[in-house]
Amino acid sequence: MTIATIDTRPAATSSTLARGRGAGGPAPKRTVVAYGFWIFVLSDMVMFAGLFAAYAVLRGNTAGGSTGAELFNLRNVFIETVCLLLSSYTCGLGALSAERRHSALFFLFAALTFVLGATFLLIEGTEFAGMVARGAGPGRSAFLSSFFTLVGTHGAHVTSGLIWLVYLAAQVKVKGLRPAVLRRLLCWSLFWHALDIVWVGVLTLVYLMGVA
Amino acid sequence: MFGRLTWSAIPFNEPLPLLSGAVVVIVILAILALVTVKGWWPYLWREWITSVDHKRIGVMYMTLGLVMLLRGFADAIMMRTQQAIAIGDAQGYLPPDHYDQIFSAHGVIMIFFVAMPLVIGLMNFVVPLQLGVRDVAFPMLNSVSFWLTASGALLVNLSLVIGNFARTTWWNYPPLAELAFSPDVGVDYYLWSLQISGIGTLLTGVNFVTTILKLRAPGMTYFRMPVFCWTSLAANMIIVAAFPILTAAFAMLLLDRYLGMHFFTNDAGGNPMMYVNLFWAWGHPEVYILILPAFGVFSEVVATFSGKGLFSYRSMVLATLGICVLSLMVWLHHFFTMGAGADVNAFFGIMSSIIAVPTGVKVFNWLFTIYRGRLVFTTPVLYAVGFMVTFVIGGLTGVLLAVPPVDFVLHNSAFLVAHFHNVIIGGVVFGMFAGYNYWFPKVFGFTLDERLGKAGFWCWLVGFYLAFTPLYVLGLMGMTRRLQHIADPSWRPLLLVAELGAVVIFAGILCQIAQLYVSIRTRERRLDLTGDPWNGRTLEWATPSPPPTYNFAMLPRVESIDAFWDMKRRGVSPIDTAYETIEVPRNSPVGVVTAFFAVVTGFALIWHIWWMVILGLLAAAVTLLGAGWSDEREHEISATDIAKLERARPGLRQPA
Repeated sequence: MTIATIDTRPAATSSTLARGRGAGGPAPKRTVVAYGFWIFVLSDMVMFAGLFAAYAVLRGNTAGGSTGAELFNLRNVFIETVCLLLSSYTCGLGALSAERRHSALFFLFAALTFVLGATFLLIEGTEFAGMVARGAGPGRSAFLSSFFTLVGTHGAHVTSGLIWLVYLAAQVKVKGLRPAVLRRLLCWSLFWHALDIVWVGVLTLVYLMGVA
Repeated sequence: MFGRLTWSAIPFNEPLPLLSGAVVVIVILAILALVTVKGWWPYLWREWITSVDHKRIGVMYMTLGLVMLLRGFADAIMMRTQQAIAIGDAQGYLPPDHYDQIFSAHGVIMIFFVAMPLVIGLMNFVVPLQLGVRDVAFPMLNSVSFWLTASGALLVNLSLVIGNFARTTWWNYPPLAELAFSPDVGVDYYLWSLQISGIGTLLTGVNFVTTILKLRAPGMTYFRMPVFCWTSLAANMIIVAAFPILTAAFAMLLLDRYLGMHFFTNDAGGNPMMYVNLFWAWGHPEVYILILPAFGVFSEVVATFSGKGLFSYRSMVLATLGICVLSLMVWLHHFFTMGAGADVNAFFGIMSSIIAVPTGVKVFNWLFTIYRGRLVFTTPVLYAVGFMVTFVIGGLTGVLLAVPPVDFVLHNSAFLVAHFHNVIIGGVVFGMFAGYNYWFPKVFGFTLDERLGKAGFWCWLVGFYLAFTPLYVLGLMGMTRRLQHIADPSWRPLLLVAELGAVVIFAGILCQIAQLYVSIRTRERRLDLTGDPWNGRTLEWATPSPPPTYNFAMLPRVESIDAFWDMKRRGVSPIDTAYETIEVPRNSPVGVVTAFFAVVTGFALIWHIWWMVILGLLAAAVTLLGAGWSDEREHEISATDIAKLERARPGLRQPA
């Protein structure tokens, strides 16, 4: 079995070759890489679960400081959510373009994804700065510690996702859409979609329930 | 310029840590000098430090674990000696501050840097061979994992000489661990060393779950996997599910300490008990991460040396997976005294009792495997039998402690100390020693000396009972754990017996060192030329000892449980000479370089040297980005080269 030949086939047929479950011998490299990365993403989700749990425990402990209802601006959060969900869509389109070896389209969607992600970060950064300026920084109360840590960790993930995207775009530029680069793009898109799932949790548990 | 780091960090006024630190530094310098003088660096760099071969990484993990066992044991015997003499008017030789650091370091080292490296080392060496494949899913990541673990161990040991270690026990509970009550570097050493090694462990978990689920020899369905692979799979799934909780808990405590947040503080709404919950939501699964692979070792050892297949393989697998799930549902029994109320305590008490059921199933399976077998009393078998007796006692005292009203009385007593040493030594440590003796010939190509191995076993067994039975009794008499001074002189006789037990265990360790030394000196007489010294059942014995880099010249075809036994029975040779080109992973310095920068960053964070933090992080990031750019991670060995290599080997693989 040569891994290279399997990898160069179109994505649609390579999934039918995933044989690790039963008796067919080692799975192809693309399957192994994506599967391993997905397990890693799951572990990241468990870490977020820890942060969510901490937030759930501490959200009422405002120590006389501001509450969520006083601090959160749902209009901004709505724009953030739209940016992030749209970026997941463009990320998907980018991944499909890459699989079809349309590098020009890939760069277009990668750029769109980057802009949407960066807009999200900009709004989040402005929100954080505003809260700190109002005297509601992470050291003010346990509620704010857990808020900044949970939302900030998500933001840090988005930031590293954007750096990773630029780095991978550079790889596509220099090396083209060869199998090794495609596998890395696959991992990156798994990561990016997972951040969306986490954001849905943040939106619901932190913002929507916070202003209720 | 150097943050909090000044000359006062070196304990010039405390002779004991200074002296022991100096001895360690001198020994390390002597070893480094020897390696330099002998010109071994190129060999070490090429064959070990940059190796991504799972077998080499496994050996390095085991070496780390065994070396750190000596350090952890030194802490243990110091504590036992203090408790044996600091009774009544006598104050002993360890001041409270130093004693507190020792019991904290002992726990941290024994769990994170002895038990974990031994378990992960054994999995590294054995699992790919048992699966009949050539390496783990991500060989370079495996090297990163190992070196990050070693970095954590290095930082803990650094605290011996520079600064001090935590006095906050191995759990590091707030509010004591908060800045207000532990302002110096001790807790920071604890947190950063465990964060760094924790990343390594998490990556190991990801790597092994992927390996076991996605890389297996043709024909090896789930229910043909050896039991050790099953228990490793369960342990690694728990790693993936539990370690991130620890990472999150430590991150919150670090934010409290470094950025003035209020997760676990007493003021501004913080909740210290949340740390306790998060810690044990990791901590209880952790003990199953350690014990499940040990169960796997005993299953292999008992089946091989009984000359029979394992009794009720399927129930063994189901029991393993049952423990895997239940392990995540019992954490609250570590703090029934929190005051969560009778309903919550009842739930966790019942769950903790239920988890003993699949463990009981396993014990019966081992017993029925031995029944009507022809048990050969080798060293691994002695450890297995010693384990069955000892672990059942430890398990029963555990069920006792799972009853909340009993726990309210015995909570934090010497009884508890005796209980968990009973399961950790009688379970994990015996399991690792059994595995060490069992697979040593596979690793190095020669067997270990049986006489000294058995002497080591008897010392460990007798020493264990002498050291810890008195603690059960003392716990019932009301002795709490972590006492630096004993007020009640009537406890003296039992404490002296416990001290004697520690000395007997020390004799066991000396026997094991002698066993290794003697076996190496007489290796010519004890070579394993067949690759199958014990008449084994699983695929690791189908390849030569030590196995070639690529493990199997041809991937074996698996047609049943105990694949190799089946081949031998059917007279099918595992040898096939229709070689094909093999891809093997290239060596990579990425692991050791990343870990080096992790140590630099961790050290700088501990001492608040901010410019060094930035430099260290940047350097680590550049290393990883550089590694992520390269596509050339494998090189090929051609079929003709493999044929040449295979012909050069003696024994089983020689084509007739």
